[in-house]
Amino acid sequence: MTAPVRISRRRFTFAAAGLAGFALLAACGGDTATQPAADSGEMAEGEKGEMMAELQGDIIIDGSSTVFPITMAAAEEFSLKHSGVRVSVGVSGTGGGFKKFSAGETDISDASRPIKPSELEAVTAAGYNFIEIPVAYDGLTVVVNPENDWVDCLTVDELKKMWEPAAQGEITNWNQIRDGFPDMPLDLFAPGVDSGTFDYFTEAIVGESQSSRGDFQASEDDNVLVTGVSGSASAIGYFGLSYYVENTDKVRGVPIDSGNGTCVEPSFATVADGSYQPLSRPIFIYVRTDAAERPEVDAFVKYYLSPEFTPLISSPEVGYVQLSDELYAALTERFANRVTGTLWPDGAEVGASLDRYMP
Amino acid sequence: MAEETGTMERGKSAFAPNMQWRRVKSHFFVALGMLCVLLGIVTLVVLLVDVILQSAGWFDWQFFTSFDSRFPERAGIKAALFGTLYMMAFTMLMAVPIGIMSAVYLEEYASDNWFTQFIQINIANLAGVPSIVYGLLGLQVFVRWMEMGRSVLAGSCTMALLILPVIIVASREAIRAVPPSMREASFALGASKWETVRSHVLPYALPGMLTGAILAAARAIGETAPLITIGALTFVPFLPEHPLDRFTVLPIQIFNWVSRAQSEFHELAAAGIIVLLVVLIVLNSAAIYLRQRLRTRY
Repeated sequence: MTAPVRISRRRFTFAAAGLAGFALLAACGGDTATQPAADSGEMAEGEKGEMMAELQGDIIIDGSSTVFPITMAAAEEFSLKHSGVRVSVGVSGTGGGFKKFSAGETDISDASRPIKPSELEAVTAAGYNFIEIPVAYDGLTVVVNPENDWVDCLTVDELKKMWEPAAQGEITNWNQIRDGFPDMPLDLFAPGVDSGTFDYFTEAIVGESQSSRGDFQASEDDNVLVTGVSGSASAIGYFGLSYYVENTDKVRGVPIDSGNGTCVEPSFATVADGSYQPLSRPIFIYVRTDAAERPEVDAFVKYYLSPEFTPLISSPEVGYVQLSDELYAALTERFANRVTGTLWPDGAEVGASLDRYMP
Repeated sequence: MAEETGTMERGKSAFAPNMQWRRVKSHFFVALGMLCVLLGIVTLVVLLVDVILQSAGWFDWQFFTSFDSRFPERAGIKAALFGTLYMMAFTMLMAVPIGIMSAVYLEEYASDNWFTQFIQINIANLAGVPSIVYGLLGLQVFVRWMEMGRSVLAGSCTMALLILPVIIVASREAIRAVPPSMREASFALGASKWETVRSHVLPYALPGMLTGAILAAARAIGETAPLITIGALTFVPFLPEHPLDRFTVLPIQIFNWVSRAQSEFHELAAAGIIVLLVVLIVLNSAAIYLRQRLRTRY
């Protein structure tokens, strides 16, 4: 009678010990992880004599998924140079990023459009100020299936006819867009309504942000849009230039006529020289002014705008269009002088120039 | 004579064994069942083969020892893998003791009144609440009010809440399966209520409780939505150093790789999925092993 009781108690103790061991393991893991950080701190102390003071600290960045590849590249390269600085980047969308920014949870906010007046109000009400920095251009590319041999160019008016709210249920065939286009159903693919890309496309093409027909296939994942357009001969869709550049074998980019009669191909070059209109837009980072006083944040933003980093923005791994060197120099100067506030009091503008940041 | 034959024939038809047709029906049912099973298995095999083929060539030591990078050949899952393990360790530390103690109280001590029933109905309902709701709760309570920030601890607390109902329900089932004769024998020898619970009920119910806890953990490991809500990050080029540090987890890392423009990252995502699957298989195997091993003791 006593035997099973003893065994059972031992089993139970064993299991309890296992659980405690699990706890210990977790705690030890935490300890060992803290150790090297403390060491490197002391090392930095010792090395101060021979080189510049080693930077220490955390930089927290969040916001747009469009800006993510650039900021991530900057964080990756910066971490290699300053191993004591821990830069983390989140993806909560431009709007979600500004919410965290105004709650003081992030130091830098990635944004694929300028701050909106309502967001500006929230940031100001929370007692924060910011330095606004455009970091690159993004081009929105209209794409069709490679089998599509009838579209050589589309005008803004034709795109508007295709995408405006009134087109819903009415414009369903290619032959309604232009005389001479074949009798083919219109298969529409576009980013979801929460994305900044959708905001900008509707603003630039329809004339009002968020104003679009609703009967299209939407996805927040641009790769899904690529697959969709490449799977249907009569499909048309739009997404960021970097996704087009990676998928030129699956989809064909459509040149856009902004209304002056010339068709402009979507490419890094046409976005950079400003001729690809109205579908190219600047993308931004917003730095909290009080965070910029911390040496690690200051150094990170300066690195972000330096000639050492900016050429990487147009590397194939990142896939965006860099601004001119003069503009980066002016922006560095502007950041060093801590010029706060937005230069876009009414929010996003179509076809806007960044010359306003020049001194 | 003719009448007799007629009766016989009637009798024959009424009790006709009709074996051929019944066998056909029997075989048909087996085939239908097999088809249903195959449907699930074939889908799984196709998915697995696809993922394994895509991930081929990306598994090397570097993949496990590197942080994320914009170069696919330099990118790794170190931060995500450790983030998942850290978060789950704290989650289990919180959820298992609380879950088991709640179950013991509800089964062994609580009297059967309206209040207890109210709690029981709520626990059963909570087990079915969508995970994003726990994320919203975690964001408000742990991240904002309790000021844990976007930390491993906030993630663990949210996940602990998420799996607590499952653990409580599973533990109660396990306790209910303890034969009343065990308790009675213990009482008959003069053991107190606590002694009975500690020495008889808990050891007997432990395999069932642990199985429930591990299966709940397996569910939590694959969750993405609540962690995105509370603000787990995407690019984290360091390991969490303490419970209040920032972190990322495997599903978020996989999600991010899938949505990158470069197709090499989609293959990396497949490799990440394999790692997640292996972690899940190890956990589930541990659950089966523990259950078998501890059960044979009785």
